[in-house]
Amino acid sequence: MTVAILVIASIGLFSAAALAVADRYLSVAEDPRIGMITAALPGANCGGCGFAGCDGYARALVAGTAPTGACAAGGEKCAAEVAKILGVASAAVERRVALVRCCGTRSEAIRVGDYNGICDCATAASTAGGDKGCKYGCLGYGACANVCPKGAISVSDGLAKVDKRLCIGCGKCVKACPKRLIELVPASATIHVLCANPDKGPSVRKVCGVGCMGCRLCEKNSGGKEAGHFTFEGFLAKVNYQNPPTDAQIVAKCPAKCMAEDPHFETGV
Amino acid sequence: MKTVKSHFRFKGGVHPDYNKELARDKPVERMPVAAELCVSMSQHLGAPAKCLVKPGDKVAKGQKIGEKNGFISASVFSPAAGTVKAVEKRLTPSGGMADAVVIDTVPAEGETLPEEIRFAPLDWKTATREELLKRVEEAGICGMGGAGFPTAVKLNPSGKRCEYLIINGAECEPYLTTDFRTMLERADRVRTGVEIMRKILGECAVRIAIENNKPEAIASVEKAFADIAGNVEIVVLPTLYPHGSEKHQIYATVGRVGPEPPALPIDVGCVVENVGTAAAIADAVELGVPLTERVTTVSGDAVAEPKNVLAPTGTKYRDLLAFCGGLKEPAAKAISGGTMMGFAVSNLDIATTKTTSGLLFLTKKRVFQYGSQPCINCGRCLRACPMNLNPSEISKAVESDDIKAAEAAHVMDCIECGSCSFGCPSYRTLTQLCRRAKASIRARMAAEKAKAAEAAKAAK
Amino acid sequence: MKPKETQDRFILSSSPHAHGRCSVSRIMLDVIIALLPTTAAGIWFFGMPALWTVLVCVSTCVLTEAVCRMAMGRESTVGDFSAVLTGLLLALNLPAGIPLWMAVAGSVFAIAVAKQVFGGLGMNPFNPALSARAFMLISFTGPMTTWLKPLWWKGPEAVTTATPLAAIKALSGADAVACASPHGLFGAPVAGVPGLWDLAIGNMPGCIGEVSAIALAAGAAYLLWRRVITWHIPFAFIATVFVFGLVAGGVPAIVHVLTGGVMLGAFFMATDYVTSPTTAKGKLVFGFGCGLVCMLIRRFGSYPEGCSFAILVMNAICPLINRWTQPKPFGAK
Repeated sequence: MTVAILVIASIGLFSAAALAVADRYLSVAEDPRIGMITAALPGANCGGCGFAGCDGYARALVAGTAPTGACAAGGEKCAAEVAKILGVASAAVERRVALVRCCGTRSEAIRVGDYNGICDCATAASTAGGDKGCKYGCLGYGACANVCPKGAISVSDGLAKVDKRLCIGCGKCVKACPKRLIELVPASATIHVLCANPDKGPSVRKVCGVGCMGCRLCEKNSGGKEAGHFTFEGFLAKVNYQNPPTDAQIVAKCPAKCMAEDPHFETGV
Repeated sequence: MKTVKSHFRFKGGVHPDYNKELARDKPVERMPVAAELCVSMSQHLGAPAKCLVKPGDKVAKGQKIGEKNGFISASVFSPAAGTVKAVEKRLTPSGGMADAVVIDTVPAEGETLPEEIRFAPLDWKTATREELLKRVEEAGICGMGGAGFPTAVKLNPSGKRCEYLIINGAECEPYLTTDFRTMLERADRVRTGVEIMRKILGECAVRIAIENNKPEAIASVEKAFADIAGNVEIVVLPTLYPHGSEKHQIYATVGRVGPEPPALPIDVGCVVENVGTAAAIADAVELGVPLTERVTTVSGDAVAEPKNVLAPTGTKYRDLLAFCGGLKEPAAKAISGGTMMGFAVSNLDIATTKTTSGLLFLTKKRVFQYGSQPCINCGRCLRACPMNLNPSEISKAVESDDIKAAEAAHVMDCIECGSCSFGCPSYRTLTQLCRRAKASIRARMAAEKAKAAEAAKAAK
Repeated sequence: MKPKETQDRFILSSSPHAHGRCSVSRIMLDVIIALLPTTAAGIWFFGMPALWTVLVCVSTCVLTEAVCRMAMGRESTVGDFSAVLTGLLLALNLPAGIPLWMAVAGSVFAIAVAKQVFGGLGMNPFNPALSARAFMLISFTGPMTTWLKPLWWKGPEAVTTATPLAAIKALSGADAVACASPHGLFGAPVAGVPGLWDLAIGNMPGCIGEVSAIALAAGAAYLLWRRVITWHIPFAFIATVFVFGLVAGGVPAIVHVLTGGVMLGAFFMATDYVTSPTTAKGKLVFGFGCGLVCMLIRRFGSYPEGCSFAILVMNAICPLINRWTQPKPFGAK
């Protein structure tokens, strides 16, 4: 018994001594700011900044090769903290969240066939052009939801929706969507056009009950062209997020019913 | 000229229900030009043609409306006289979007439409090799078996010698009988086409591959080719899917195995052309007509009168079906091509192209549903795979998003023939998963290439 | 308002659009059909206890499967008959006189622990029936090695008796020579080893389903004809046992093949898709391994029979075999 205790204790002592020596002589000097910045970052490792995780971004910041406002997940608060650690002026950051520019649920947009295959948007889209009548709309097979690191996207009734509170704006879903439907928009904007079909009114109407027809009533109702709240691409209205509209009246007045006030899935999952 | 049996049997393959009896005894019937044609600029493999007309233009039959756009591309000709109604993006049979010229073929009152345009007929015996090759290229001819590879590119293997010209009359796809009817009714045209191709390629041996479930076609080709000079053989293949695959046909006929992709048949001294392509070449040279029509088998148990229809390219599926008496029973699935490699069709406003070999309508009892049951490791897909791959492992890798593992399992060798899914007792989407892996690997490769090009540009 | 749906609405799927119509349930049903002769033979030789064991195992397995799937909140898989097959295989691997509550325990283990815990059909690394047999052999060693004597047993007069393999194990060198003689093989049973005819029809003590070589061979022929199994694993397994038996001496090599679980194991257990390799080469390696380990246990181990352990051991290295024997693409060097 005594021998055993002595043996174990001496092994412990020896190891501790070895570790102490190693720590003293073998340690690599690292900029302490890297650790501090990593701690200040959200730690989601989403890669939205374009670097390999939060640690990679922190190293790039210390090396001076990355701007302070690149972390969408951390937002303004995080950018300010990072700027403080680095001793530079904080770049203004606006929190951005993902927006799915489609509101064609199964009950509103027609399906032209019954897809039977792997549950993946790009694959479904390449099978006979996809089962949705509208070739621009959300297929609802969840490619975006699969890549979301925060589980902020859910698919219901054949349409992907983003939970604004969970979204960190990393932009992974933007890349994952084969229809290029998802856009990062300022979290402060409340009025959105939920359609991406630039076709003429009649052809949109053939496939979807809530598609934008390009009637420009939204522009007219929000103070006309001079106000600059909307831009148009073909027969599709787009919100100018540099100068977003604020008057909720225009939503109700949209004859196509493709506009919404804060369409983000706020109730949570 | 002699008929021999194939000595080489590749490993794997399957025996689907061929159902060819529905249309095999129906002679090819010419369909009148529909009121509206929708001619796609992307009827072949490679870059889509550049559209040459605009709405309001009057076009003649045989007028070039799409210019070959790049090395691997083919020109597109108007299949009928009429007025261009629109040029817009339309769904192609394979599920993509491409520019299409919509032609109204009904003249307005008092309106006269332009006369048909043809190339000057050539006598292939006196014409030079270059003239013949140029004709094949300018007539917009591409492989009519299904893939639609531009034929002129295949017939001009710069620097490499072609030892065997293999004529594909295997037609191993279920339901389809277009090649069968072509061999039966136009064997002399096939022969002329073969002689023209032989002249273009330089002296080479000719092998005509026909499966043994088409004895009438073998007899007809034997008769037409009876007095042909040179080394020509009909190779009778056992009935086995996928004998129509280039790689497997080369092996079955001449016993050569092509190296790994992206190698081409010419790397083993072979050029493979479909019998329909051979007949189209004969027409383009001797009659001067560009490729604007083809035989399509309209079949399936839901079709009232299955037929082999000679229709202008750009004929809408709806018109094609109406010509065959419409549906006698509700169809659960419409397929452009055969059941093994054809494309599901989402709407009947899609139009035929130079490669549409079949249009099938199947009732519910002929259609199966893919399921989500797990793999039970039975190994049927491994035994069925003619490329000797492991579809089970590839599919599991793709399902867990491990594209690297799928690549290591040689998914790029997959020919997407569908043999694995055909035999899977769990009804798994094996072929689709392979396709998905291939698409993402191709996308990655393209991105890497673009990046490298950019880096090279920056270095300059 | 939603626009009107178009008239032509079709199923959209990637090719192929044709299927050979082979399904998991059909495969399982085929194996069950192939097991019917040996099940009947077992009941014929061992009477009502065998029938009860079969019924209890099958029903417990099906019930456990249903309950497990429900508890996991997944769709029911009772319809694929895999649970029926597991229950049947387990029963055939038990001695006829086993107390029924033990059979129930084994069945629950087979489905719940050996199969559903891993995610159900297709995910289990070990054959569920054999895992359960191993579990029972360790937990209930006594009852699991107490053999009912068959109805027409001419051997030592007792209600329960030793299996031929146990008898072989117990033999000294001199006795082994004696029973290797033609007299021992074709005449009256010598020292617990039955004659060749009894070995073939199954008139000997043992598990319910492993005794009748003729019934097993009939089932195997059916499976090969239906192309449910290929020849590779059974051939490699039995050939290895036979050759090992020849080299090892003692009883004739054929006795090693016809006694114990070799026939049942080689055709019905080692060929279990989920736990065996997929390539032809891999299957040969797997079958060889099964035969080798089985004979090593019989010859040198402390158990008289090692067939089920051999298969379980090979199940464990099956992923490795798969890895070594991946096919080369057509045309690759």
